[in-house]
Amino acid sequence: MSSEQAVPTEESGDAEGTPDPVSTGAASVVRALENAGVEYLFGVQGGAIMPVYDALYDSEMRHITMAHEQGAVHAADAYGIVSGDPGICMATSGPGATNLVTGIADADMDSDPVLALTGQVPTDFVGSDAFQETDTTGVTRPITKENYFASDADTVGDVVGEAFAMAKRGRQGPTLVDLPKDVTNAETDREPGPARTPDTYRPAETADEATVTAAAEAFAAAERPVILAGGGVIKAEASAAVREFAIDHEVPVVTTMPGIGAFPEDHDLSLKWAGMHGTGYANMALTMSDCILAVGTRFDDRLTGGVETFAPDAEILHVDIDPAEISKNVEADYGLVGDARAVVGQFADAVVGSPDTDAWCEQCAEWKREYPLDYHIDEDAPVKPQFVVEAVDAATGDDTVVTTGVGQHQMWACQYWTYTEPRTWVSSHGLGAMGYGVPAAIGARYAADDDQSVVCFDGDGSFLMTCQELTVAAREELDITVFVLNNEFIGMVRQWQDGFFEGRRMASEYDWMPEFDTLAEAFGAKGFRIDTYDDVEDTIEAALAYEGPSVVDVHIDPEEDVFPMVPSGGDNGLFALRGDHL
Amino acid sequence: MSSQDDPPENGLLGADPDDRPRPRGRRNSQGIRIDPEVEAERSPRRTTITALVQNEPGVLSKVSGLFSRRQYNIESLTVGTTQETEWSRITVVVEEPDPNIDQIEKQLDKLVPVIHTRELDENAVARELVLVKLDAEDPAKVHAITEMYDGRTLDAGPRTVTVELTGSERKIDDALDALRQFGVREIARTGQTALARGETKTSTVPDDLKP
Repeated sequence: MSSEQAVPTEESGDAEGTPDPVSTGAASVVRALENAGVEYLFGVQGGAIMPVYDALYDSEMRHITMAHEQGAVHAADAYGIVSGDPGICMATSGPGATNLVTGIADADMDSDPVLALTGQVPTDFVGSDAFQETDTTGVTRPITKENYFASDADTVGDVVGEAFAMAKRGRQGPTLVDLPKDVTNAETDREPGPARTPDTYRPAETADEATVTAAAEAFAAAERPVILAGGGVIKAEASAAVREFAIDHEVPVVTTMPGIGAFPEDHDLSLKWAGMHGTGYANMALTMSDCILAVGTRFDDRLTGGVETFAPDAEILHVDIDPAEISKNVEADYGLVGDARAVVGQFADAVVGSPDTDAWCEQCAEWKREYPLDYHIDEDAPVKPQFVVEAVDAATGDDTVVTTGVGQHQMWACQYWTYTEPRTWVSSHGLGAMGYGVPAAIGARYAADDDQSVVCFDGDGSFLMTCQELTVAAREELDITVFVLNNEFIGMVRQWQDGFFEGRRMASEYDWMPEFDTLAEAFGAKGFRIDTYDDVEDTIEAALAYEGPSVVDVHIDPEEDVFPMVPSGGDNGLFALRGDHL
Repeated sequence: MSSQDDPPENGLLGADPDDRPRPRGRRNSQGIRIDPEVEAERSPRRTTITALVQNEPGVLSKVSGLFSRRQYNIESLTVGTTQETEWSRITVVVEEPDPNIDQIEKQLDKLVPVIHTRELDENAVARELVLVKLDAEDPAKVHAITEMYDGRTLDAGPRTVTVELTGSERKIDDALDALRQFGVREIARTGQTALARGETKTSTVPDDLKP
């Protein structure tokens, strides 16, 4: 039946547009999502999820059909990062559900709010290895904050509401509800209640006062304090509080990679971000610090390098909503458990006086002069990727949302773009999932304001993994611009092979890449190509001006590497500036 | 756009790693700040952790998955119902260094169906049940040793005797050592279950969570 022939069911609702009463489990699922204020769903149709899709037919919510379930979950993830509300993705049972796994694991590592709804074979078939059956709750248990197997049409809406609330409250993360087809097909007239988290789930709002007081004293006595702002600062809407506190007390701010945007990188106190490819000055400041106020970070090994050499003189004041993060990787001298915004407020109130940071700030400024991010330009040689990132940054507004795939291009997009606003940096951090960039740009486009630009930096290898999602961008006429920094390598692997495997470039050479501008045209997007410095400015301008999806195939210097670099498990203070330092 | 006069072809300018200031301190591999003169790796200890959980499908799988995923070694894990049918108690014996024991408690607490978790002190009441099937060549002697450890004979046949022993882990280990002389055919141990001694509460439950 075409949509023109669909008969609206006006007669069953009253004149004020009251929605139809719930009649099936599937309708209850849809009602729960509507009650939670969901606007968009990203998914792929299939056998076991069909009843839920049927119930969506009459809903005001927009379903965005993606080309692949991995695209759906990455889009939902990016939607969650940019909007702050859980992104919703849907898939059928079996292969549909397993195709979500990468994106769910990604959301879990980065604590992104995502709700996944998966179809399941009818309850009577569960366990029989039925067609398209997978133990989805079993598969996703280690990578979800909480997951649910819905067993009753009367309560399925409440379960979906709880899963939505769990994705958002406390430490955010992915949740999943597995929906057997008989449950969604079954009749019920039970309207779901308001979405609420279970009684046993009680994240602390504010930190213990005595610990806050003691930590504040340690902070005031510090000589070389640093604020380390993680992704949790952005998730808890604590960016403004952190900015105010840092500026009040003149404390240098380092972010983690997920924390990019928590503090304006054009501010004097910003040292940009630390870690494996973070700035030399951020890594020096952390290494030499005597007091780190760490907010909303889990001290990932890409940040710390080897823990033995991580900020060994520093007392660690660790603010986190998840008690299990305190002293998990690096021992905290003060564990401040609570919501980042509330605890930073408590902490600001408790600090008496300010540490004297003049000499320390001067030292940090000197490190900025000594270890600038920089690159060498030779007009006759291939274009440097860093130049392209800076040029796109210059051509777009401060509120532009940047998404990336995973690899060298991702690091250049971190290093050479100046981020000033939270929720403008969207990337796959903890999991490092190649293919994240294009679907993330799609999800970000739906969450961003209309006047915000969305650009994606991708690598040739990463782009190739999910470029089919361009069909979605073309169909929906989404204004996104993808810059493929194309070096015909899995560049980060090549860099490691050169550094640690004697240059034996096994399986990292991608000189068989398609022409990405032509490929984009085949998908219905606009294709551009950059080969020389002369092309850069005009092509960027044209691609950004194009209203719709465009792909710029940027042929960059294939041998360019990412520096600085702390080798895996190494000492942050000994970051390499060149290959011969590795 | 930025570029300096004569930077290396591929890399950045700045002081070489050897020429940079260095911090004085260090941490150990557990991320704990230590005196550089003293090697201070915390060694493993054996302890009992108790968790009160809601009875719902998948709880045990979540708990065991947590241990296996994080590579914590479970010595024993027991589970059974409590005074409330809605609740179960899980008792886990682990041998890990302090930072891991702390992390085990926190990770357990993170699971949504877990109501309360804590480490029990050494003074806790802890018991284990074991069934041992032995060759029955000398039933009288088996009986005597079983009695010595307050055990009971559950099954006696012409070729085998099966006895039951309950007690602290240490007592069971001793009893099994003594029984080995008769030829042990099979052993089934339950693992330890435990409660805090006396007036001390094993688990504290917020009032509004009480059934």
